[in-house]
Amino acid sequence: MIGLEHYLIVAAVLFVTGVFGIFLNRKNVIIILISIELILLAVNINLVSFSVYLQDLVGQVFAMFVLTVAAAEAAIGLAILVCFFRNRKSISVDDVSILRG
Amino acid sequence: MVVFSRNPVHAVLWLILAFLSAAGLFVIQGAEFIAMLLIIVYVGAVAVLFLFVVMMLDVDFATLKAGMARYIPLGLLIGVVFLLILGLEFTEWSSSAIAPEQRQAIQPSEVQNTVALGNVIYTEYVFLFQIAGLILLVAMIGAIVLTHRKREGVKKQDIVAQIYRDSDSAVTLEDVPSGKGLS
Repeated sequence: MIGLEHYLIVAAVLFVTGVFGIFLNRKNVIIILISIELILLAVNINLVSFSVYLQDLVGQVFAMFVLTVAAAEAAIGLAILVCFFRNRKSISVDDVSILRG
Repeated sequence: MVVFSRNPVHAVLWLILAFLSAAGLFVIQGAEFIAMLLIIVYVGAVAVLFLFVVMMLDVDFATLKAGMARYIPLGLLIGVVFLLILGLEFTEWSSSAIAPEQRQAIQPSEVQNTVALGNVIYTEYVFLFQIAGLILLVAMIGAIVLTHRKREGVKKQDIVAQIYRDSDSAVTLEDVPSGKGLS
């Protein structure tokens, strides 16, 4: 029988994979965005698992809003990335510090 | 696989696989609506967006990979620590006794998941729902504004110029001599 703990373990592994990806590819912005998506997916799995476990629909509603915000964030992030690539011909994180603010 | 892939296209494909698996898990749990939403939004929209950007930006990814091996020990250390912390949660864990009384929207057993979710969203959480729509609108406008650019040589309608055009600049009176036409 698959219990709540198994879902939580899957979510924890996904979360750690996302964090690991951010630390591993700290130059490639696309991979960092993908890792953020993975982390948000782990959060969603946790929310839905507890929602089903407690028979409470609020968790699923909240998971839906997290999904919305994640989609908006991906769209904005990729738009910024395209804009940045047009100006700099590179997507390395090291090149972002050209503002000299 | 997602984070280790050498080619970002492969990374995005592995991400799609992860999302499909998560959708399958949601179906098993009985949250069909979230599962379908995950497939439509992520596999249909976000992953395609990622693939589009990855293929559109012609980036030399080999240089970006340089120096990746340096961060593997640090990343592994942080990953193991995170896993330990999260694993500690699961050893001694039980639901609180008052948790069943504090449920805000108890899932009814007689209707489907989607129907129940709709009943909750459009009544209790309608303002949050509207705000979510607003967030998506702002994201859409922001993405369009960020990636839009003015190009030379494109004929477009300039409404302001049309409105402020008056008869002085548009019409000229010519004194046409008889027997000749205008050249």
